Amino acid sequence: MEDFTLFVLVLDATLRVSTPLILAALAGLVSERSGVIDIGLEGKMLGAAFAAAAVAAITGSAWIALAAGIGVSVLLALIHGFACITHAGNHIVSGMAINIFVSGLTIVLGAKWFSQGGSTPQLPHEGRFMPLEWPGAEAVADVPVIGPLYSELLSGHNLIVYVAFLAVPFIYWMLFKTRFGLRLRAVGENPQAVDTAGISVFFLRYRAVIICGILCGIAGTYLSTAMGASFVRDMTAGKGYIALAAMIFGKWKPLPTMLACLLFGFLEAVAIRVQGAELPIVGQIPVQFIEALPYVLTVVLLAGFIGKAIPPKADGVPYIKEH
Amino acid sequence: MAPAIKLVGIDKSFGAVHANKDINLNVSAGSVHGIIGENGAGKSTLMSILYGFYKADAGDIFVNGEKLNIHASQDAIDAGIGMVHQHFMLVDTFSVLENIILGAEGGALLRKGVDKAREELNRLEREYELEVDIDALIGDLPVGLQQRVEILKALYRGAQILVLDEPTGVLTPQEADHLFRILNALKDQGKTIILITHKLREIMAITDAVSVMRQGEMVAHRETAKTSTEELAELMVGRKVLLRVEKGEASPAHAVLEVENLTATDKSGVVRVKGVSFNVRAGEIVGIAGVSGNGQSDLLAALSGITKVTGGKILINGKPFVGGPPQGAADVRHMGLAHVPEDRQRMGLVIPFEAWECSILGYHNEDECCRGPVIDRPKVIQESLRKMEAFDVRPQDPNLVTGNFSGGNQQKIVLAREIDRDPDILLVGQPTRGVDIGAIEFIHKRLIEMRDAGKAVLLVSVELDEIMSLSDRILVMFDGHIVGEIPASEANERILGLMMAGINPDDDEEAA
Repeated sequence: MEDFTLFVLVLDATLRVSTPLILAALAGLVSERSGVIDIGLEGKMLGAAFAAAAVAAITGSAWIALAAGIGVSVLLALIHGFACITHAGNHIVSGMAINIFVSGLTIVLGAKWFSQGGSTPQLPHEGRFMPLEWPGAEAVADVPVIGPLYSELLSGHNLIVYVAFLAVPFIYWMLFKTRFGLRLRAVGENPQAVDTAGISVFFLRYRAVIICGILCGIAGTYLSTAMGASFVRDMTAGKGYIALAAMIFGKWKPLPTMLACLLFGFLEAVAIRVQGAELPIVGQIPVQFIEALPYVLTVVLLAGFIGKAIPPKADGVPYIKEH
Repeated sequence: MAPAIKLVGIDKSFGAVHANKDINLNVSAGSVHGIIGENGAGKSTLMSILYGFYKADAGDIFVNGEKLNIHASQDAIDAGIGMVHQHFMLVDTFSVLENIILGAEGGALLRKGVDKAREELNRLEREYELEVDIDALIGDLPVGLQQRVEILKALYRGAQILVLDEPTGVLTPQEADHLFRILNALKDQGKTIILITHKLREIMAITDAVSVMRQGEMVAHRETAKTSTEELAELMVGRKVLLRVEKGEASPAHAVLEVENLTATDKSGVVRVKGVSFNVRAGEIVGIAGVSGNGQSDLLAALSGITKVTGGKILINGKPFVGGPPQGAADVRHMGLAHVPEDRQRMGLVIPFEAWECSILGYHNEDECCRGPVIDRPKVIQESLRKMEAFDVRPQDPNLVTGNFSGGNQQKIVLAREIDRDPDILLVGQPTRGVDIGAIEFIHKRLIEMRDAGKAVLLVSVELDEIMSLSDRILVMFDGHIVGEIPASEANERILGLMMAGINPDDDEEAA
């Protein structure tokens, strides 16, 4: 019974850790399906995390913080779009530039505004997205099996966790069941076909990067105002890249991408659990090794355990129209 | 009745290139109108302006008598103009249906539009002999069917005027005939068709009227019934051209290239050449016909040492050759075989290099090009100039960047490089693809000269006219096999076309 409870707790942590990965991976998915490679997920999340924490610290409102996070992230997405779509720039260079720029800027602004070495102050409860208790969670908590599953695993997460998991079917529906989705996928495969069909390639791609910005904004806000209670310098710690890996692992499809995120999240949750614990045979595992595990797995999986991952054909290829 | 399309004074420049000069054109409604001209004559630019892809610098477009401002493709589509591009505008990973409704989905959600489209497409397919499985993925369809999808796409959008840009380049003769039947059916329904091509035969076969373009200008309008291929060819080129290749009897000697049961794979490891045997003798031209993608390219790659053969034997001048690393393209050259690759821009030349640099590619390690480890630049440039003279490359400037030469002159640079080494065997792939008529005439003459000098020439081409007029013997490739051999004197388009489709012509006769 104790093992089961422990297992549920690990799964519970998995959901919490996976949330930003899912949002960011979906963001990358929408962007790349339209043909814009987005290596700047990391920077957008970091920018959003800082903006949300800073605004929450000043206004004390989680909702205004969310708006600020999304706003900053969309702005960064538009810069990326302006460089890559309008000016046919290199997508990787633009994405990296955003990552480096945001990493430095958040520290500078944080130090200037809050004088806490680049971090923001601890946020009050109103400034954060707090766990939502589902009706009856308390009551069934002691029922075997169902109790912990309901009260720990399903109930008791903050709003953004639920949003992330609902975003998966929504993005699927948007991509595969709507006119917008059909055109978006087409523009990532063959922009000329879209152009000759009388549809604007630029406008479609801009809409895709804006959606990408919104999702990254939510993910970043989650990091500093829901999972954590303040902004810490470089707090995304490579999550944007892991999300990108999950998206490739999931072959640019929403559901497999979510599963990949859950796998990475699960490893991270396990890593947190086994830190400092004595394991049979191997003994105590160094913390650094555990922490490196998800990243090592990313490399191993991408190196060949996923079969052939074929990106959208026009991914990263600027569309240049002659006049 | 007002003409379906009337263009008045259309003018368009790209930088220094004046692509369309004051073009006037009338296309009567319900007719098939051909526009013919050499590559680079400005046909495609003109049609791109009509379809809203480019914006004209000057001039007016009238559709059914009404002046139209076409800013984007959508304006052209709304005016009932449909276009079948030379390079299909299709999404490979989408189904036929998804491709057709793209841009005309009929609502924000797909489901309703899809049901309606299914019904409408079934009707169109029946009406015009345009059968195609609408749930198949585009990437799985042969090009002939992909083209049908393009036509369906235009019709689905209610096109009354259909523009086809070089539609037969990728088709077998039979597929082309089927296309012409479709076009005739469309014409009978009152649709107007504009056919852009550089093939005179097609113009004569299907059009009612023809306009000729040369160097950005519209030089003549003719009724097809009142003109001839000779006149059109002369109008296209601006001088008299010899359409027929003049050549004497071949006098083949011993076999210099022998191929036995050869198998080869492409880059992704798929077997493309499935056990072919043939030989080429000194003093003859052997042509390999076939629809592109039936193993010809991979056969050339294996013979020229680019890829390793996976089975069988190649004998060059009696000596065995395995191909692939460690033996490669350089070794095969030393054995007396030269190769003019199919894709000159990707395999034959380095486009950003200057012409003199391209003139020694593959031979750059030879002693005569170098002084010690350094390339002997003055000498190579001088040699390059000599070759340019011999092959009439224009402009005669070794320092010009290769990309700035026209297609025909680029091809001459490659030919000059390979032929100048006096090889015993010459492999040529698509020697005249994208080359204008004048240069075609020249290239054909040089190949015949090679043959008459006692060299063996293996010619791979998808242009049947070229295969039939140059070759002494013709081999047909289908699905990696050589499905037939026939002396050129006995070949005609029907027989070759059937063999290219994998059908034995003798069986077909019995069935008929």
